[in-house]
Amino acid sequence: MALVLLCVAAWPLGRTIWLGFTDASLAGAGDAAFIGWENYYAVFGGQAFGVLADPQWWRSVGNTLVFTVASVSLETVLGVLVALVLHQRFPGRAWVRAAVLVPWAIPTVVSAKMWAWMLNDQFGVVNAALEGMGLIDAPLAWTADPLLSMVAVIGVDVWKTTPFMALLVLAALEMLPRDIYEAARVDGIHPVRVFFRVTLPLIRPALVVAIVFRTLDALRVFDLVYVLTANSPATMTMSVYARRELIDFQSAGTGSAAATLVFLIIALAAALILTAGRLRGREAGP
Amino acid sequence: MIARIAFALAVVLIVAVSIGPLGYAVVTSLETGSALFTPGLWPDAPTVANYAAVFAEQPFARNILNSILVAGGVVVLSLALAVTAAYALARVEFRGRGLLLGTVLSVSMFPQVAVLSGMFLLIRSLGLYNSLPGLGLSYLMLTLPFTVWMLTTFVRQIPKDLEEAAIMDGAGPLTIIGRVFLPVLWPALVSTGLLAFIVAWNEFLFALTFTLTAETRTVPVAIALISGASAHELPWGRIMAASVIVTVPMVVLVLVFQRWIVSGLTAGAVKG
Repeated sequence: MALVLLCVAAWPLGRTIWLGFTDASLAGAGDAAFIGWENYYAVFGGQAFGVLADPQWWRSVGNTLVFTVASVSLETVLGVLVALVLHQRFPGRAWVRAAVLVPWAIPTVVSAKMWAWMLNDQFGVVNAALEGMGLIDAPLAWTADPLLSMVAVIGVDVWKTTPFMALLVLAALEMLPRDIYEAARVDGIHPVRVFFRVTLPLIRPALVVAIVFRTLDALRVFDLVYVLTANSPATMTMSVYARRELIDFQSAGTGSAAATLVFLIIALAAALILTAGRLRGREAGP
Repeated sequence: MIARIAFALAVVLIVAVSIGPLGYAVVTSLETGSALFTPGLWPDAPTVANYAAVFAEQPFARNILNSILVAGGVVVLSLALAVTAAYALARVEFRGRGLLLGTVLSVSMFPQVAVLSGMFLLIRSLGLYNSLPGLGLSYLMLTLPFTVWMLTTFVRQIPKDLEEAAIMDGAGPLTIIGRVFLPVLWPALVSTGLLAFIVAWNEFLFALTFTLTAETRTVPVAIALISGASAHELPWGRIMAASVIVTVPMVVLVLVFQRWIVSGLTAGAVKG
């Protein structure tokens, strides 16, 4: 197992990092020459080249951060709300629970296509509904307009991944002892107060794990953005940028350099989140 | 009373938002021609023409078969590797065990794009470019970390007396895995295997990069690349028909195995 992982994970990662320091192209990567940091940053005749000098790279980093913060926070809030609803007893609860899983079960490419169709500027049902309700006068170009396309990408991601969040939170809710709530009810404490004072602290460990998973996932997002808005600069994320350099521009060197940066950024994020979680956990501890 | 109504509304809203888009995709897939371009909630003249067209205009049946073969192969391989690894990680005492487990988990955080060019070279040097085995190999990077992780947590929950009894009877590690663990572990194998299947079935970036011809594409790539006569004229009916074809089995699978999947997800995450 370790050997297989070494072959399919560590070795390709090492090769990618190495390629980032060469002038390779994927067509003839055999005769690549070592060129140092030039793929990252280099100055030729007073002009800066390399990934770090490319404004589109920095825009992709910004896009990815906006996407990650917005979608993960929305998912967390909505996921907790959905989990709280599903935690109640009501007739047909099993069916509702099953229905909530549906977006999660749909392949990302398919959900991106489904939403691309529903958000279609001329024939989409979303524009038709909004116009019907009198909220907008003219159809909105959801996947073309720079600002709206980011809203669309975030919205579709929230739709698709809230079930994951809700499920994890629900599992945590179901492990909570019921007598605390009995006590709170007998004391006549307002449910909202009970949620913030009792439920939230108790489900926090599970919530933190779910948020960590989702954050690391969102930072490397590729398929949703690529299918919904292709290589549009307004929504291009770090992964889309690296793939474009690598495949569309056939530049294995800069592409690999960008891919290495994506890896480093995500590793850094993971380290930061884990340390922060540990510190906070200690504060809250006995 | 008001609280009750509000709650019921919340439930209705949750259900509608969850399954509405899929329902609309089904409606669209049953429409052709101009009916397609008048947003309505019900097809006026339902037709299966789009479904026929999906299979007629591209090797979609082949794409489905590709997806099944790759995902199935990946599930079998990663489960076989992960069960033995989980046994070692959960039961055998050796130095650096925690470190190894941590490393395995960290691989699951790898951004796919970071291994893309290296993986491309690996697959090409093995002569597996544009082939299903090549794709399956690259998927092991995605499935192995979490299958190992999940199965390790499951093996740890198995009482030690079971295997101690087997060891007393002179059973070796492989016999223990085969005769003692597998019978107890099968629910865990089902949920882990299902998640691995879903991951491999839905994967897009590797499939897009490591295949070249329509005959080797998997379903997500095939759907993403469906195009019409011109770039501005996408055949939405056909795209939705293809989407429904690949989504309905997944949804059924997930609903049938709901409990297993939820237990797998929570075992993987809560104890993580």
